[in-house]
Amino acid sequence: MSDLTTPNSALVHNGFEIPRTASELTFADTLGSWKARWGIGRMNYVVAPGLYASGEPTSHSPVFVSANYKMSFDRLRSSLKGRNGWILVLDTKGINVWCAAGKGTFGTSELVNRIRITKLHEVVDHRMLIVPQLGAVGVSAHIVKKLSGFRVKFGPVRAKDIPAFLDAGLSAMPEMREVRFPLMDRLVLAPMEIVGGAKYILIAIIVFFLLSGIGKFGFSTDEMMHSGISSAVNLLVIYLTAAILGPVLLPWLPGRAFSLKGFWIGLAVGILIIFSSRIVNVNTAGWALIAMSSASFMVMNFTGSSTFTSLSGVRREMKVAVPLQIIGEVLGFGLWIAGRFM
Amino acid sequence: MTVMKYLADVVTLELDTEKCTGCGMCVVVCPHKVFEIENRKAKIVDRDSCMECGACAMNCEFGAISVESGVGCAAGVIIGAIRGTEPTCGCDSSSGSGCCG
Ligand code: SF4
Ligand code: SF4
Repeated sequence: MSDLTTPNSALVHNGFEIPRTASELTFADTLGSWKARWGIGRMNYVVAPGLYASGEPTSHSPVFVSANYKMSFDRLRSSLKGRNGWILVLDTKGINVWCAAGKGTFGTSELVNRIRITKLHEVVDHRMLIVPQLGAVGVSAHIVKKLSGFRVKFGPVRAKDIPAFLDAGLSAMPEMREVRFPLMDRLVLAPMEIVGGAKYILIAIIVFFLLSGIGKFGFSTDEMMHSGISSAVNLLVIYLTAAILGPVLLPWLPGRAFSLKGFWIGLAVGILIIFSSRIVNVNTAGWALIAMSSASFMVMNFTGSSTFTSLSGVRREMKVAVPLQIIGEVLGFGLWIAGRFM
Repeated sequence: MTVMKYLADVVTLELDTEKCTGCGMCVVVCPHKVFEIENRKAKIVDRDSCMECGACAMNCEFGAISVESGVGCAAGVIIGAIRGTEPTCGCDSSSGSGCCG
């Protein structure tokens, strides 16, 4: 937990000593969020729950509620630059607001508890909290009011809109209330997609590599090196194309089901593999099937990162897609193995 | 950019207009503009955009909304099926799922 707070500048207010946050993000913060995107040390990316001061808040200053995922906290504190306010950090186990709200850790009872623990009643003399809108999945405003006396005002979805929200007298324009899934948001998820499945793709590469040595004349190391490398290349191309192009091309891939969107990517890769080897045989046909079912599966898994898929919808598409993907993988693998003996 | 839509006619969202007081809270919390207020009552205007997050039901003081909420995450459905639990999206890094970016 590096320089989240400016050293020796705790704010003394109503007899409480409250750490003050720095509103300027440092290089370490930026590096940290880059590392978190790539899944490096992601679990340690936490802020201690509690109350923080931004600027020179008084008893009348607004209270903003945040998760203790450092990236959520960083976005909030930097959007409050030049403003005075309180930040109440909930213990969400280092998970961002939306996800934590879905799990209930960013929720009514944690909020009410944290108000009590930080003695917020004595720190401020108003009774209002600004909670990020996505927190509404876990925070029930009327119950918080009943249990703590604090009225919850749902702020904009994105922290960067907070200044505009404050300037408009705590009102959010409709577009500040909407979750979209623009290219940049999808793109920053690609690293997680790549890192997330890395161990499976590694296992697949090793398996294919070893099996590549087997042929009609028994096991041959030469053959393993030769055909093993081309198998590894195919697998990597399928994997990276689906992990990157899936998120990027999402709105333009035909169909609403993610598994179908992924299928098109796999089809393109399959055609590419056939073209580059200039031959249609059991081997390349096998690869095309593997590409189609793997890419379909990978993009289907991107439903978890998307911001508009419902559980009922995911269940419905999986009922159709998963059996087809399994058939495709088994058939493709079978053809590829058969190709070893031809 | 056009708004991407997921599968049609699949969500479990229900609105009981009888109980609705038109307070407008559902309009505030919904991240996909599913509701509008018309003649002092909430109305579902874009059902297929609903992602079943549950924010509206959680914040409707009058119990007018019901939705089977959950995370629309295929990996979560698979994990749930393997463990025999409800779908749980791995929101920690150990599962490697990117759902909590
Ligand atoms: S929150 Fe409930 S009572 Fe209020 S407008 Fe929506 S449905 Fe009606
Ligand atoms: S469940 Fe979420 S997305 Fe669906 S209507 Fe309610 S608030 Fe909107």
